[in-house]
Amino acid sequence: MNGIPFLSLITFLPVLGMIIILALPSSKVKEIKYTTLLITGIQLILSVFLLANFNFTSTGIFEQSTFQFVEKFRWIEITGLSWLGTVKVDYFMGVDGLSMPMIILTALISFIATLSSWNINKSIKGYFALFLLLDTGMMGTFVALDFFLFYVFWEIMLLPMYFLIGIWGGPRKEYAAIKFFIYTLFGSVFMLLVMIGLYFSAQEVLSDGSKVFTFNLLALMDQANYTADGILSPFNPNNLRMVAYIALFVGFAIKIPMFPFHTWLPDAHVEAPTPISVILAGVLLKLGTYGILRISFPIFPEITTQLAWYIGLFGMINIIYGALVALAQKDFKKLIAYSSISHMGYVMLGMASLSTVGINGAIFQMFNHGTITAMLFLIVGVIYDRAHTRGINDFGGLASQMPVYTGFVTVAFFAAIGLPGMSGFISEALVFVGAFGVDTTRILAMISTLGILLGAAYMLWTLQRIFFGKLNEKWSSLTDLDGREYLMLIPLAVIVIFLGIYPSAMLDVMNSSVNELVRFVSNGFQNISIGGL
Amino acid sequence: MSEQLLINISLIVLLLPLFSFFITVVFGKRFPKLYLFETGIISLAFLLSLVIGFFKLTTYVDSKLAFDFTWFDFGVVPVIGEFKVELGVMIDNITVIMLFVVNLISMLVHYFSIEYMHGDKRYTRYFAYLGLFTFSMLGIVLSNNLLGIYIFWELVGLSSYLLIGFWFEKNSASDAGKKAFLTNRVGDIGMFLGILILFTTYGTFNFDKIFSGIASGVMPFESTAWLTAAGILVFLGAVGKSAQFPLHVWLPDAMEGPTPVSALIHAATMVAAGVYLVVRIFALLTADAMLVIAVIGAFTSLLAATIALTQNDIKKVLAYSTVSQLGYMVMALGVGAYAFAFFHLVTHAFFKACLFLGSGSVIHAMHHEQDIREMGGLKKKMPITYATFLISTLAISGIPLTSGFLSKDGLLAGTLAFGELTGHWLIPIIGFTVAFMTAFYMFRLVILTFHGSPRNQHKFDHAHESPKLMAVPLIILSALSIFIWYTPNPIAPDAGWFLGKWIETPSTVVPEAASFDFMINEDPAADVIHSEKYEHAMHTVHYPAMGLSIGLAGMAILLAFSMYQWKKINPDKIAESVKPLYNFSLNKWYIDELYHASFISGTLMLGKILFWFDANIVDGIVNGSAWFTRVMAKISGWFDTFVVDGLVNFTAFMSGFIGLTFKRIQTGKVQTYLVFVLFSIVLLLIVFRPF
Repeated sequence: MNGIPFLSLITFLPVLGMIIILALPSSKVKEIKYTTLLITGIQLILSVFLLANFNFTSTGIFEQSTFQFVEKFRWIEITGLSWLGTVKVDYFMGVDGLSMPMIILTALISFIATLSSWNINKSIKGYFALFLLLDTGMMGTFVALDFFLFYVFWEIMLLPMYFLIGIWGGPRKEYAAIKFFIYTLFGSVFMLLVMIGLYFSAQEVLSDGSKVFTFNLLALMDQANYTADGILSPFNPNNLRMVAYIALFVGFAIKIPMFPFHTWLPDAHVEAPTPISVILAGVLLKLGTYGILRISFPIFPEITTQLAWYIGLFGMINIIYGALVALAQKDFKKLIAYSSISHMGYVMLGMASLSTVGINGAIFQMFNHGTITAMLFLIVGVIYDRAHTRGINDFGGLASQMPVYTGFVTVAFFAAIGLPGMSGFISEALVFVGAFGVDTTRILAMISTLGILLGAAYMLWTLQRIFFGKLNEKWSSLTDLDGREYLMLIPLAVIVIFLGIYPSAMLDVMNSSVNELVRFVSNGFQNISIGGL
Repeated sequence: MSEQLLINISLIVLLLPLFSFFITVVFGKRFPKLYLFETGIISLAFLLSLVIGFFKLTTYVDSKLAFDFTWFDFGVVPVIGEFKVELGVMIDNITVIMLFVVNLISMLVHYFSIEYMHGDKRYTRYFAYLGLFTFSMLGIVLSNNLLGIYIFWELVGLSSYLLIGFWFEKNSASDAGKKAFLTNRVGDIGMFLGILILFTTYGTFNFDKIFSGIASGVMPFESTAWLTAAGILVFLGAVGKSAQFPLHVWLPDAMEGPTPVSALIHAATMVAAGVYLVVRIFALLTADAMLVIAVIGAFTSLLAATIALTQNDIKKVLAYSTVSQLGYMVMALGVGAYAFAFFHLVTHAFFKACLFLGSGSVIHAMHHEQDIREMGGLKKKMPITYATFLISTLAISGIPLTSGFLSKDGLLAGTLAFGELTGHWLIPIIGFTVAFMTAFYMFRLVILTFHGSPRNQHKFDHAHESPKLMAVPLIILSALSIFIWYTPNPIAPDAGWFLGKWIETPSTVVPEAASFDFMINEDPAADVIHSEKYEHAMHTVHYPAMGLSIGLAGMAILLAFSMYQWKKINPDKIAESVKPLYNFSLNKWYIDELYHASFISGTLMLGKILFWFDANIVDGIVNGSAWFTRVMAKISGWFDTFVVDGLVNFTAFMSGFIGLTFKRIQTGKVQTYLVFVLFSIVLLLIVFRPF
């Protein structure tokens, strides 16, 4: 089994699919769709295969030997540059407990989003080609262990997303697409600067003993690799690590999206077609929090401990602000978009606790938010396809017209509310247990519990306005779910309930890595100068 | 029968209703007869709980059976060390009694519903929900830790939500469901925070482990104040679920649900879960926490009783009486009358379920009329309903020979003893006042519904006694409201098995300085309370309390009869003479209006303001910077065209101009050049003056 590049396979399989689709004539609609379905299906099977062969006790985080399915070779090598020396970039991929849940999530959501794309009817060829490219970008970001590679995948996502919203979107698609694009690019610039700063601050020792500047994330986590005078070196008394941390954080925070950088999200969601909303909420938002955990935390442990309270504070603001604004929405999809902002706040609160329980809760919440919100957007899509409106107050009494649909909606809504027995409860509870257990975030956790109430308020109010009461005669011809919609919703519902009852299935995957991360961050870098602001 | 076998049977009892819920909810549409399957499963669960009860109360009466399993394990965690989350079940005497109560009433309500709900378009769905409820309620009862209770706590909330809003076509029903869920969530947040405090301190959710942690002297954040806070916060969960002030507002609205549901969930079992929770955490309550609990309970019972006096909807009267009685139980726990609080929970479950099912029977017969002003004289038409309703009313009024007399009397004695021991006399005064009011409004209800002559002849003519399937549960429940099941001596509740053998007040684990002195064990080895002081106080007040409560109840009944039966006193005149008070009661102290004007409108308004802020300020900055960038780009463009490019063009122009100007001197004649050279040399010599 060794020697098979599973991670490259799972990452670049969609590109292969894209090439096949581009080679097909655009009239072969069916073939294009089934190719995409097949590719994402194989990807899903591969991800399950990875999970099946995943060693739960191997920690990952900062030691290459404890990562799994590692692929590493020289990708770019330019020698003899006068003042730069040698530029070397590795193609370096690997999996640990932090990325494993995200890989499964990405594969799962991509597969379900493909199903949900079935009734896209505008330039189908282009749509699915871009869709697959997006898939590669997401998967690559989660498996990359080299900052350069990470950045490349990060940027690869941007382009297809821009077109997927800008071409297949709703009435204000151009505005939403450009807003998304520029906002994210704005964040990327910060990330790029920090990446270059880190590159010139640390040197990796190669096997032949020579030292070379590095983008290797794991090498950047090792204090010993930093030079004495690098701009982001902890040994440099005038280092700019604090500034760099904040800049990098802003880059990630835009993706989460964190208040006040969140306003691209409601627009993007409202305008994006259903499957793209599903991907956006299901996977893309997690890249922000994943990036913080994978890059910011272990590379800047000493700053992380210093700023943890602020991360928690913004998490709390997200939770409450998002929920309150959701309460004021009249558009079903926008409401779900704001609920996403609220739910991602729990992830930040959990991370900020810097405790095993809290971070486990945070990553689990990332996964659960991915599945639950995907369900919610699919649900919005179902009703929008039929009624061509999303106004919450336009409906009423649908429960008697579409009972099965209502059943799924109830499951999804209560999962979002955090009802025990469903996965969202476990992750939110862990976030609270973790955040409350630590002095820094205790008060924040206490205030954040208001989110539990507000979340129930906007969800139940929506449920009531759309599904209860007398049926509006206008909707007496709406049909209940069809086979394809069952196929999208049932797996998600099953996962949500399964993980609610047996959370160990996911917690065990990430636990050793999270423990390692917490240990690593709390040990921090030793005997260094904390420079910056 | 081994301990392990009992545990296993209890797990089967727990899971059976869940199983039938899934089967019924998934296949109910295709096989409408599945409701019979569901009912059968619940009956089986009841029989099994009888088995458990029998063996536990005979073989293992003094022991506690427990079983834990690891739900998830975090391994070795930095700082904390080994860390895992466990769930588990525990069977003690309280558990088996609760199992019996829940399963019995659930089963009877199932039978009752077969007739009552007949013809409903979501008939099987209704039974499925009842199964879900039963499962969740049994989960609360069986859990041995706070997390488990919290989980099932939320699940009963869900089933309550689904059943209150069962007729969701009615806006009032879906409103009530939402209100119930959200109001409960407020309490649940408190409960959750309380759990967090305890878990953070003791690293476990398990009751016994938390108790032993406290007993060993470890305090949350090193202070007994935090222990008090934890107790009160967990109690907040009970405030929500058991509809205590200020979160009582959801329960009367919950009457929008089908009446058998009101009997099962909103009278007998789920609302009592709050009391049950306080029973479970009783050992960790400090004196301050207990006092808060006693005051909230007492105030709630008074508030609800004053409202019940004037309501005209048969179910609303019963709903407020439920709130009031729950307040009683909570108050009893607050004053330390632990055993009587639990006893009252059990007796109340039976007689209140009977009253609600009785009201269901009446409503069924009157074609969904609920207003008692439209009733009257039903005694003749519905003798069984009347008889059972009357027995239960006697029980709730605390008339001797009934179960209610036993529990209520003990509970009131507890408040008197508390007054004597601590000087908080207001609590017993409220307790006895409420006893008077209860007897009054309950008899008002009985008289207006069943006695006298019919006030709506048309509806009366169509009324009929309910069928057997509805009558039998009434008979069983009213039979359980007789004293004999609990004690052989009708005036000595603790002479029997229930309080004598099964239920004993657990010893407090709170440090002595923070607990009432009458709660402190004089025999440190005992794990149940053994305080001469408390027993003495209870003993001295027992007979005065009994006399007082009988006297008050008798007077109240007499008053009710003279007002509504014999019409010696005109109730309307009294209402007129205290009009403001009457309206205050009729409108439920305007609490709903107050909440609506403050919290609800406030939150919605805040949401709107923040949305405006989001769209105009936050996004305004984003779009503003985009605009700014565009303007800057335009300015740069202009600058580029006119200034930068202008300079370039100007340079070109100047070069051209200079070229054009100077080309004139380029004559091509050597003589001219020589003249220029000579002229230039002379000029330079003049300028630099080298000499």
